[in-house]
Amino acid sequence: MAETTDLEELRRGTDLIKRGFAQMQKGGVIMDVVNPEQARIAEDAGAVAVMALEAVPADIRKRGGVARMADPADVEEIVNEVSIPVMGKARIGHTKEAQILESVGVDMIDESEVLTPADDAYHIDKRDFTAPFVCGARNLGEALRRIEEGAAMIRTKGEAGTGDVNQAVHHQRTIKGEIRQLEGMKHEEREAYAREIEAPAELVHETAEMGRLPVVNFAAGGIATPADAALMMHHECDGIFVGSGIFGAENPPVMGEAIVEAVNNWDEPDELAEISKNLGKGMKGDANVDLPEEEKLQDRGV
Amino acid sequence: MTLQAGVVAVQGDVAEHVTAIERAAETHGRDVEVREIRESGLVPDCDFLAMPGGESTTISRLLHDDGIAPEIQDHVAAGKPLFATCAGLIVAAADTGDERVDELELLDVTVERNAFGRQKDSFEAPLDVAGLADDEPFPAVFIRAPAIADAGSAEVLATWDGRPVAVRDGPVVGTSFHPELTPDSRIHGLAFFENDEAALPASESA
Repeated sequence: MAETTDLEELRRGTDLIKRGFAQMQKGGVIMDVVNPEQARIAEDAGAVAVMALEAVPADIRKRGGVARMADPADVEEIVNEVSIPVMGKARIGHTKEAQILESVGVDMIDESEVLTPADDAYHIDKRDFTAPFVCGARNLGEALRRIEEGAAMIRTKGEAGTGDVNQAVHHQRTIKGEIRQLEGMKHEEREAYAREIEAPAELVHETAEMGRLPVVNFAAGGIATPADAALMMHHECDGIFVGSGIFGAENPPVMGEAIVEAVNNWDEPDELAEISKNLGKGMKGDANVDLPEEEKLQDRGV
Repeated sequence: MTLQAGVVAVQGDVAEHVTAIERAAETHGRDVEVREIRESGLVPDCDFLAMPGGESTTISRLLHDDGIAPEIQDHVAAGKPLFATCAGLIVAAADTGDERVDELELLDVTVERNAFGRQKDSFEAPLDVAGLADDEPFPAVFIRAPAIADAGSAEVLATWDGRPVAVRDGPVVGTSFHPELTPDSRIHGLAFFENDEAALPASESA
């Protein structure tokens, strides 16, 4: 048997560990929850993680006003309830909310446009944290700027709280399309492209060589049914965030389980048909086309 | 002959294991075809299997729902190699003391989930692992990692802070950490190509 290795060589919070955490979430469904009971339902339904927040995006939308980080006591309760990872949302640019979430033991921080941005110009410097971050993006430039700031996972912004998958599809298609374009470019063309999309050249080259984002790429924003989740996997997402789609549905345990199974069987139409039967009413939702510009969350923090 | 490898792919870091298997096979001069296992019926054709990291509650649930679980048990009963990392190890264990995981009981160990803490406690460190190709420590990445509370009849290959974190029990090798996250595929090689207690079809030249 080998000897015990030197404990002094231990390192925490490295990029490998942060990105590795995100890699473990692949092929999974991360569910929004607002209390420990919902967290338990999500875990039982097969969620890979839960997102602890004060209100689901659909309710934040209805309620209006300033949307902030959840009460850390409530987040802590959820952390203590489940064995799967717990994520929490901090406002864009709100370093202190993020530190508080890290302090109560949140496993990943979502610097989220669903909350009211705290900073007009800057995102959180995520490299300073031990906890990994996930950030939203609508296109490749946004995604690579967030990765440069230290994000370990990218999710599409979509249009949260609408139950309309249209914008998540749009953002994922945009990111994938831009990467395909990059792959066909010569070195100097990529340099020019990096300037055009305001992204760091080094990350642009890395993305072109890998043929994908250098970190895990999830879908989020408006996913409300098993078919929606399967559609996002079809568009080459690594996994799914579901916000209001589960606990805004008539039967959350059944809907949650169905979405987990749909992600697992996204390319099996017969399975998807079975999974989609008799789930009860989904969330009502609001179509994106009916949404006034000023009510769109996706334009926050670019 | 070309070996058939399978990576259990219901959830987790599947692509990373595919790459690591291809690298290890190349090092050992073997041709390999790797497929992702998301449905029943594929495991019986596999010469060896990997169970990835991910969330053990999710993986265990989907393996049973999809009918893959008994096929993996038959695979191991036939003495074919299986390598399980982190959540894979939890699912493969005899006991986790946690009703949320339905264990496959593929190796005789008791595992404690999240034994090293939450994500902020996750760490990487060089680790001495018995039986590796050279004596260099292995770059081990522990992410919300389990520890082996009781190694039972399994052989302990590595310990961290006094706790077993890599074991071998017949054809099964399990690690608390994630060799698939690093370019070092020595442990994949150990598990699949250098395990005398596992049955692997011989290469034509052998």
